[in-house]
Amino acid sequence: MTDPRNLMPTTTGTAQIGLSVPNVTVRGPEVPRNIEALDPVFTVSGLSVFYGDYEAVRGVDMTIGNREITAMIGPSGCGKSTVLRCFNRMNDLIPGARAAGKILYHDEDLYGDHVDPIEVRRRIGMVFQKPNPFPKSIYDNIAYGPRVNGLKGKMDDIVEEALTKAALWDEVKDKIKQNALSLSGGQQQRLCIARAIAVKPDVILMDEPCSALDPIATTKIEDLMQELSRDYTIVIVTHNMQQAARVSDRTAFFTAEVDSAGVRHGRLVEFDETSRIFTNPSDKRTEDYITGRFG
Amino acid sequence: MSAQHLKTASGASRSLARSRPRYGEFAVKAVLLLAAMVSIATTVGIVAALLEPTIEFFGEVSFGEFFGSTTWGPLFNPPAFGVWPVIVATVEITLIAIVVAVPLGLAAAIYLSEYATPRIRKIFKPVLEVLAGVPTVVFGFFALTFVTPVLQDVFPFLELEAKNALSAGLLVGVMIIPIVASLSEDSMAAVPNGLREGSYALGASKMLTSVRVVVPAAFSGIVAAIILAISRAAGETMIVAIAGGFKSVFTLYPGDEMATMAAFIAQAGSGDASVGSTAYKTIFAVGSLLFIMTFAMNYVSARMVQKYREVYD
Repeated sequence: MTDPRNLMPTTTGTAQIGLSVPNVTVRGPEVPRNIEALDPVFTVSGLSVFYGDYEAVRGVDMTIGNREITAMIGPSGCGKSTVLRCFNRMNDLIPGARAAGKILYHDEDLYGDHVDPIEVRRRIGMVFQKPNPFPKSIYDNIAYGPRVNGLKGKMDDIVEEALTKAALWDEVKDKIKQNALSLSGGQQQRLCIARAIAVKPDVILMDEPCSALDPIATTKIEDLMQELSRDYTIVIVTHNMQQAARVSDRTAFFTAEVDSAGVRHGRLVEFDETSRIFTNPSDKRTEDYITGRFG
Repeated sequence: MSAQHLKTASGASRSLARSRPRYGEFAVKAVLLLAAMVSIATTVGIVAALLEPTIEFFGEVSFGEFFGSTTWGPLFNPPAFGVWPVIVATVEITLIAIVVAVPLGLAAAIYLSEYATPRIRKIFKPVLEVLAGVPTVVFGFFALTFVTPVLQDVFPFLELEAKNALSAGLLVGVMIIPIVASLSEDSMAAVPNGLREGSYALGASKMLTSVRVVVPAAFSGIVAAIILAISRAAGETMIVAIAGGFKSVFTLYPGDEMATMAAFIAQAGSGDASVGSTAYKTIFAVGSLLFIMTFAMNYVSARMVQKYREVYD
């Protein structure tokens, strides 16, 4: 049997592009486990997501810790993006989509009757798989969120601050009025991160933010995530296990299972500290996935 | 068997040259080219047909009189050839039509593209396109026999004449709503969904997303739709002939009867001018002018579409 420790990211060859040492420490089983975040931003219990009659995700329980990076990994169709899109009620926009169970955001029921999804999305920003800057200037892309939310303050300062935090300011400060579509893919994605930051959110959700980017741009985004996790809670969905191992504090492993009626559902298999998921997973399915025997 | 096959495969017939002529390919290409040529040939033909009588016209009437006078009456005795009254009427009716069609058409497009459920859209859009297929003579009579009397009753202070630019303009506007709405909707529907999601994810409402992200992103298509609609409005004949009238007095007041360029052409072309007379040649001069105006508009439209087009992959 392969020693799972051999799968540590330092051995994956991505190190050659100057990656910082991943913040994964190997802990022995004697260290007390800390599965649940102590200071949760989200507390998910019994979450199921339906598209019409189809139950895409069944019975998810997990917590998202404050100012932690939580990664959600798993094979395609396992429902990890679906769960992510519940956190800012993005699924509301899909006709027929519906969430059952409970998500507490701090102490508030995210799907409560009184909750305004627009207010939710203002607090919980999102970065998408494909960079999606608006066909406007770099400046207007950043200013869009603050403007529609009626944020106070000098717009020039807000724009500069957001771009600086997203590590993009130095690259674009001389062409701030140029169309954002003239930027490279990696720059566009950092622009989208800056755009999310500009509305001063509490949480940033990232749906495979690097899957359309080259390794160098990916490294920049990963470094940026580390930087941002000091101020923001980050949840990232990724196909890339090494990425989850490199950047996250906790990892949720999802998979798709066929139930007794022959219907596929996404299930959360294991949720734990990233170091444990990648070195000593408690579920055989997790181990199979991270060792590459499946998925 | 297999050896024979191998031999054939490795023999002389393995050459990469075409093994047999493909006449069908040539024929298809020729037919397609011919089809494409018809529209070009028609345009060239129109220009040629307009050009000669127009040149002859300017041999008989000076440029100065045509563009320098505001008295129009080529069919009167004595005739007058100051073209401004029909230009003003055309521009005015087109403006009224645009004021009607752009807000309504854009609102319909935004509704269809952003708000309507797929079910509603599936019913609504064909209905809208049927409106585009209503014969304009119907709009004309509707303007003359319904809209004008209603306006006269409700707004007596406007002192509308029985035929007037206002009613004609309103109905030309209604006529072009489907063009604005349908083409704008097409270009809004082509805006990638990722842009909408990006906007929603920043806490924008549906209305803000539509107005500040989708419409600007679809701007080139919307401009093209509006300019096509303007061209259609400027050239519209039946509505303006029936509801706008043929009187060519130089006036700006939309309550007055006024003849547009197209209305004049229809009137003079339907037998009021004898072939070869100066009045007859006036038809072609006015036609040339209208052609140049719409051509210029379409050209500007094409340039703007090019300039503002965003390329999404």
